[in-house]
Amino acid sequence: MGRIARVPMAIRILAILLVPALLVPLFPQVVYPVFVMKVLCFALFAVAFNLLTGYTGLVSFGHAAFFGWAGYTTGQMMLLFGPSGLPPELAILFGVAMAAAVGYVIGGLAIRRTGIYFAMITLALSQVAYFMAVQVRWTRGEDGMQGIPRGKFLGLVDLSVDNHMYYFTLAVFVLGFLFVYRVIHSPFGQILKAIRDNSPRAVSLGYDTDRCKLLAFVLSAAVAGLAGSLKALVLQLVALNDVSLPTSTEVLLMTLLGGLGTVWGPILGATLVVSLQNYLATLGDVVTIVIGLIFVLCVSFFRRGFVGEWLALLQWSKARGAAAAVTVGAASGQRKGGDAGDVDSAPVGRTT
Amino acid sequence: MFDISYQSLLAQLLVGLINGCFYAILSMGLAIIFGLLNIVNFTHGAQFMMAAFLAWIGFTQLPQWLGESVQINFWVALLLAPVIVGGVGIVIERTLLKRLYHLDHLYGLLLTFGIALMMEGGFRYFYGISGVGYEPPELLQGGFDLDFMYLPGYRAFVVVASLSICLLTWYLFERTRLGAMLRAGTENPRLLQAFGVNVPVMITLTYGFGVALAGVAGVLAAPVMQINPLMGSNLLNIVFAVVVIGGLGSIMGAIVTGLALGLLEGLTKVFYPEASTVVVFVVMAVVLLVRPAGLFGKEK
Repeated sequence: MGRIARVPMAIRILAILLVPALLVPLFPQVVYPVFVMKVLCFALFAVAFNLLTGYTGLVSFGHAAFFGWAGYTTGQMMLLFGPSGLPPELAILFGVAMAAAVGYVIGGLAIRRTGIYFAMITLALSQVAYFMAVQVRWTRGEDGMQGIPRGKFLGLVDLSVDNHMYYFTLAVFVLGFLFVYRVIHSPFGQILKAIRDNSPRAVSLGYDTDRCKLLAFVLSAAVAGLAGSLKALVLQLVALNDVSLPTSTEVLLMTLLGGLGTVWGPILGATLVVSLQNYLATLGDVVTIVIGLIFVLCVSFFRRGFVGEWLALLQWSKARGAAAAVTVGAASGQRKGGDAGDVDSAPVGRTT
Repeated sequence: MFDISYQSLLAQLLVGLINGCFYAILSMGLAIIFGLLNIVNFTHGAQFMMAAFLAWIGFTQLPQWLGESVQINFWVALLLAPVIVGGVGIVIERTLLKRLYHLDHLYGLLLTFGIALMMEGGFRYFYGISGVGYEPPELLQGGFDLDFMYLPGYRAFVVVASLSICLLTWYLFERTRLGAMLRAGTENPRLLQAFGVNVPVMITLTYGFGVALAGVAGVLAAPVMQINPLMGSNLLNIVFAVVVIGGLGSIMGAIVTGLALGLLEGLTKVFYPEASTVVVFVVMAVVLLVRPAGLFGKEK
């Protein structure tokens, strides 16, 4: 009953959010559609990141490797075959496959260690992915790829029209989001949370935790690749910055700020960070300082992120209400209080 | 491929050895901090960079600001910069890190990472990313003409100084009474506190000491590296790979692994230059496949 009641709630929120999202192209003077598309790409990236870091408890410092290499692959496919040659959905598929492959290699090595070592390994290996992007010829090194054609969706819809591209981006985002949502709420997703919360116990229950972690890693990398491919088509450029540490940092910040291990946190976080960058873009180096400051404030004062703290507050007020009622069922009542999808936030917030 | 002169081989090995010295000091500092604080100090690279900048500021900027008579030379900077960097570290530990000890390691990592970003952003704001240069002290300019190679004086000094620092630190931690207390604190801080040792102060000073080590490395590196805001994080990426290979469990492990990987990098530059940027990471991948716990690893 709990699960059945939950799913429509998340879908309901999604439906409500979709209404303004669908109207965006009608009011370009209010919000710039390309800006919203960029937000959607990074939101999908953060959702993918959250699958690994929020729900499996493995902090990755290297997600830019998947985002960037998928973007390069998609971009190269579109550039090779020209605007009417290859349908963009196929180019995206190639990008996702590339990201999954890179994810398999990096993930396969990184899951051999846990905790801080995991973070350091992903950081180091994504550095290798960056060096390769600098050295390989077809990524065009320092220049990056520019003028990537968007092509025709299914050979019919011309995506070079911004409004068409907008709905395409929105559709891909919703599909990616629902996919990750489904993974999190599947039995497999429950195993991931078990690994996050108590890995030795998950092992003792007979789960092959290494295989689950690797699968979570590859899925997360693939969806991050989907976001990267989409971004390559939206902005029509891929540059070294997309595979570098600052991008890995940004996605970590987005997820942390919104709320690790919450369904909506990454989306809120991505919206905030992308908007912030938009406002501060003219200030240059100050952005780095501000991002660092947000990290420090976030870790010091609201570790659960905006959505996580909000859910905790809801839970707390419900628990208080239940305690006031002093009914026998009060204790079980507070455990069900997760109406926005998930209460199991604060993945790395346990004391050790 | 094999017609490499003996000269260039030795020259690259020396460069590798110097890099190895920096890897060794930095990973040793990380190991010391991790042992007692259970935090991987992502600010380490920024603190290294900060010390290099402080040395440069003292030498070139201070005379401009305060008049010719106020100039901090290399030797004073070698003492002063680590003290300042360590002091800033102690303030960070007291105000921010201290509040995270009861939480998962990862929060400490994220916090120190944020501080590193702020430091780097700050130095970038004031000094740009192109970087500045720093002359070796007069005493060490020039070099020795050994029969088989030319040995620049400053580089020789860096190697000797770094190795002495490594050995002294090792001695301090492994062979003295203070070191025994620190190791006891790593094993069981509560029991140590019950014996009357002021563990929180010990933790603070340990963080300051580990950070000051990064500061020493930063000042030593100032004349041989381009001083720029990202010099530390570029180095730290490699140091993390070193730490994954060697483990954070032992000081000698950190020293040996750091030196060995520096030399290996130097050798790669001679025989296959394209791979020299990634060779440390390749070794890390192999170690993870063959011996996941690391060479000196006792997984915590």
